[in-house]
Order: sequence, then structure tokens, then C-alpha cells
Amino acid sequence: MTDVVKVEAETPSGKATVVPEQMAWDNKARRMVTIYLPLACFVIVLLFPFYWMTITAFKPNAELYDYKKYNPFWIGSPTLGHIKHLLFETAYPSWLLTTMGVAVGSTVLSLFSSVLAAYAIQRLRFKGSQYVGLGIYLAYLVPPSILFIPLATTVFQLGLFDSPLALILTFPTFLVPFSTWLLIGYFKSIPYELEECALIDGATRLQILRRITLPLAVPGLISAGIFSFTLSWNEFIYSLAFIQSSEKKTVPVAILTELVSGDVYQWGALMAGSLLGSLPVAIFYSFFVDYYVSSLTGAVKE
Amino acid sequence: MTVATMTDWTRARPQPGWLARLFDYKPFLVVACLFPAIGLLTVFLTYPLGLGLWLSFTDTKIGRTGQWVGWDNFEYLMEDPQFWSAVFYSVFYTAVATFGKFALGLWLALLLNNHVPFKSLLRAIILLPWIVPTVLSALAFWWLYDPQFSIFSYLAVDVLGIREKPFDFLSTTWPARWSLIAANIWRGIPFVAISLLAGLQTISPSLYEAALLDGSTAWQRFRYITFPLLLPILAIVMTFSIIFTFTDFQLVYAITRGGPINSTHLMATLAFQRGIAGGELGEGAAIAVSMIPFLVVATLFSYFALARRKWQQGEAND
Repeated sequence: MTDVVKVEAETPSGKATVVPEQMAWDNKARRMVTIYLPLACFVIVLLFPFYWMTITAFKPNAELYDYKKYNPFWIGSPTLGHIKHLLFETAYPSWLLTTMGVAVGSTVLSLFSSVLAAYAIQRLRFKGSQYVGLGIYLAYLVPPSILFIPLATTVFQLGLFDSPLALILTFPTFLVPFSTWLLIGYFKSIPYELEECALIDGATRLQILRRITLPLAVPGLISAGIFSFTLSWNEFIYSLAFIQSSEKKTVPVAILTELVSGDVYQWGALMAGSLLGSLPVAIFYSFFVDYYVSSLTGAVKE
Repeated sequence: MTVATMTDWTRARPQPGWLARLFDYKPFLVVACLFPAIGLLTVFLTYPLGLGLWLSFTDTKIGRTGQWVGWDNFEYLMEDPQFWSAVFYSVFYTAVATFGKFALGLWLALLLNNHVPFKSLLRAIILLPWIVPTVLSALAFWWLYDPQFSIFSYLAVDVLGIREKPFDFLSTTWPARWSLIAANIWRGIPFVAISLLAGLQTISPSLYEAALLDGSTAWQRFRYITFPLLLPILAIVMTFSIIFTFTDFQLVYAITRGGPINSTHLMATLAFQRGIAGGELGEGAAIAVSMIPFLVVATLFSYFALARRKWQQGEAND
């Protein structure tokens, strides 16, 4: 690895120095080999599974299982059969609806709680607020994998077992810590003087939050919102453990437990299901890429 | 402070309702604001965490309240080769996958830190594996790893002719383990790369210029500028990555379900198999609790890395 890093570390020099002209060709060729070629490999490797997923979803079964006769990397006669099977012969639409409902519900719930919490921690400045902040940060470090067993019994005791409400209430355990930290960072960037002015003008604290802080924190709210939405859309282990009846399952769980059956896997339908299940987040993501990147990196930097 | 005098001013105005005044009373407001978040986290995080500890010392089964059995569950696990195999594979999986993710992720971040065309588009594409639900991309990998119709086997056997038989990705122990690690690395690269890229972009170019004037080599610039300045962010990202790789569940559950012959169980999937699928809640909780020491070590690592960043950056930019 070290020599690879070494080669790559040279590249900032291309930016930092004015390169002598006689070196131009050599430099271009070197840039090709040290930057564009590896970059292209990365992109191909990272995207290949999606490409494969997509063409599998539209291939007729005859092409799917015969690489000799048909070029495996292309579709001879694309078909919507798999998608049609999925939408009309399985409970896929209801899984999509459940997933959507759960993702929206838990996002709204955790945004609401984390806005208030972040405001209290960052702006109301009570005694011990940094400890509460630290506690919430630590909560982020508790992974769902060690919680799902006791949480299943808790959910059962509350009578929420096999109900999407259980998911809406439990997803905030990993959404709230993240969103709170993100929003604390955003609130920090809003000048406190604005709030002081409002206080002098006789605004109440809640008016300040609603009229001044929140409108200024909209980018942060969007980041936290889309992040929470994606995380809840992708959640797997709680949905697997708490939901039993087929029609209430979320898309990731349902594809794995309902569509994978028997010894012969319906790869066309499975990949169509994966594609359809990924599309909402992918589309959502493509609209908000910049918010995504900023929330991802912002959360790491905090 | 000023708030106290302010309230005197507002008194002169028409009295707000008692509800409005209650919400302007700071201690009450603090409690009211913190209540939803703290309430949710207490009921669904802190309480289950404690309950999990308690469950691990009982013989609770699904549908039956358990008795306190002391260390029985742990003693049983100590002698269970399957548990030790899961511990070994969890550590191995985490170590290899983390190394792979960071080596490749750092490389990708350094590549992206150059002046390349379509940078934001590239960044968007690269994050895609991280955005898409893990289970769904895991299914794609499962299909890529298919014993009969794997495209890799087709390429190796029929196109390149470098192998006689198709690859055997998932049906024997070690190939299955490596295949899962490869899928995990694939999924983890984007997060590492984009986070480290953000770190790289905060490094001032003037440092590199100064180093160039001093006649440094590329390796020296990486070793003495890039790496030390990247270390704080690297440490945090690594902590998160280690925690979430160690407790990974989805990839293994989707691709192998712990097979062949239970050789690819991670601690989380073993806990699920015993606790939820097998109904032995107590034993499953004990397996989950055994993950905690590993996580504590990772978190302490994060804490000390955080403590380092103050003096490294030389300013209170927090």
C-alpha cells in the first residue's frame, strides 16, 4: 500500500507548482496513469453491482441463465415481466407503502425531538448541557445489533409487536443522536446576537426558535431530514426482528424473507425488487447530494 | 443575566397567557425541549441496554419469563466452539475489512483531491453504494457470487480461460469469508473516501507550497503534512467504521445467513440466530453483551483521538 500512497501523494505537486513547459506531455501521461486510470477503476468497481442489478431486472429468463448464447453484459430483448410480477403478483406495493410510512414517520418524530434537544443544548445553555450532549453522542455509538434482543422484549411488553408503530418509535434511537449532533453544529453557526435582539424586542424563547433559529437552520434541517429518511429506509435488523406478518414488512426485509424462497431463486424478480427498493432513496439522494455530503462530513467533523 | 431584566420590560406589555409564560420559564423550557429526545432514548435505548444486560444473566426464552442463572450463559458460550468461531470471524472481518476500506478509501480520497473534471458528479456516483439499502446491494452481491451463474466465473472460465471450474464463492468456509469481506469493503469505501476527502480539503495548500520550497519529496509531504493533519478525522471515521463493521448484521444475514456450516457467523448474526430465530433470548443477549467490551475499546480510541485534535490543529475550532 505504501508505494501506492506515495505515487498518489505526488499529485498535489501538480497543483501547487507551476510546471515547466517541457514537462507538460510527461505530466499529462503521468496524470493519466496515476489519477484517471485508478479513478476509472474505482468508479467501475463501485458501480458494477448496480449495473448488474439493473440489467438482471430487465432480462428475460432465457437470457438470464444462458451466457453462451447471449452477451451477458447487455440485454437482447428487455422485458418488464419481472417488475410486473413484482407489482401485481406479490405484496410489493404494500411493502413499499409500509416502508415509506415508517421512514416518514420516524423522520418526522426524530427531527422534532432533535430540533428541540439541539436547541436546548446549544442555545438555552443550562448547567450540564454539555454532558447531555455527550450522552446523546454516546447513544450514537450504541449499535442496533446489541439492542435488538432486549428491544424486542420491550416492544412486546408495550404491545407493539408486529406493528409498524414499533419501527417508528425505535428508529429514533439511531436517528436522534445523529440529527441532534448535526443540528447542534448548525445552530452553533447562527450568530447568537440575532437571538439577543429578538429577546430585547420581547420575543419569547419559542418564538425565537420558530421565527429566527429554525428558518436560518433550514439547510441543517434538510440534511438531518434526508439522512434520517435514508437511514430508516435502509434499516434492517429491527424490521426483521419486530415484524412478522408478511404485508407489514419493509422492503429490505420482505425481499429477503418473502421473495427468497425454495431452492431456485427468481433472480430476475429479486433484482427487480432490489432496484425498485433502491430507486426512491437514489432519486431522493440525487436531488440533495450536496446536503448529503455536507451532513456526512459535518457530522464527522463535529 | 440580561434575561432577568428583559422580563421586567415585557411586564409592561399586555400580559401573555400563562401557557406562554410557562414556556418562557427557562428551566421548564429546557425540560420540555429535552423531553422528547431524552424520553425516546431512555425508553428505547438506555432501558433496553440495561434489560439486555439483565437478560444475559437469565434463561429467558420467547414467551417465558426467565430465572436468574448467574454466569451460566457465559460459561456455556465459553465452551461453545461456534461462539468462538463467531468471535474470531468478527475480529478478522473487522480487521481486514477496515484495513481494506481505509487503504482504498484513502487512495480514492487522494485521487479525488486532485483537480479532476466532473468532480461533484464523481462524488455523487461514489457515494451511491453507501446510500442504497445494504440488504439490496447485498442481494446483488449474492447474485454476483452465484455458484452457477456468477459473472466472474463466466469471465474467468469462458472468456479468459484462466480457470477450469466456476468460482466457488459461498459454499466453503474461507472463500465465503473473503467474499463477505469484499462486499463489506465495497460498501464501506464511499463513506471513508468522502469523509477523508472533506478532511483533505481543510488542509491549507500553503503547507504544501512551503514544503515544496524546502525540497521535500512527495512521500515526505504525505508523511509529514497530509497524514498528521488527516489523523484526527481518520481516527473518528475509523472508530465509527470499526464499531459498525464489528456489529455488522445485514450483509452476512443477506448473503450467507451464517453458512456454510455456521462458519461465517458474526457475533450479531449468531445472537440473532440463537436469540430471535431460536427463541433463546437469554443466550442471544449474552452474545450481544459480549460485543460490548470490543465496542468500549473502540470508543475509548475515539475519545483519545478527539483529545488529540485540539493541539494538532492549534485552534479551538470546535
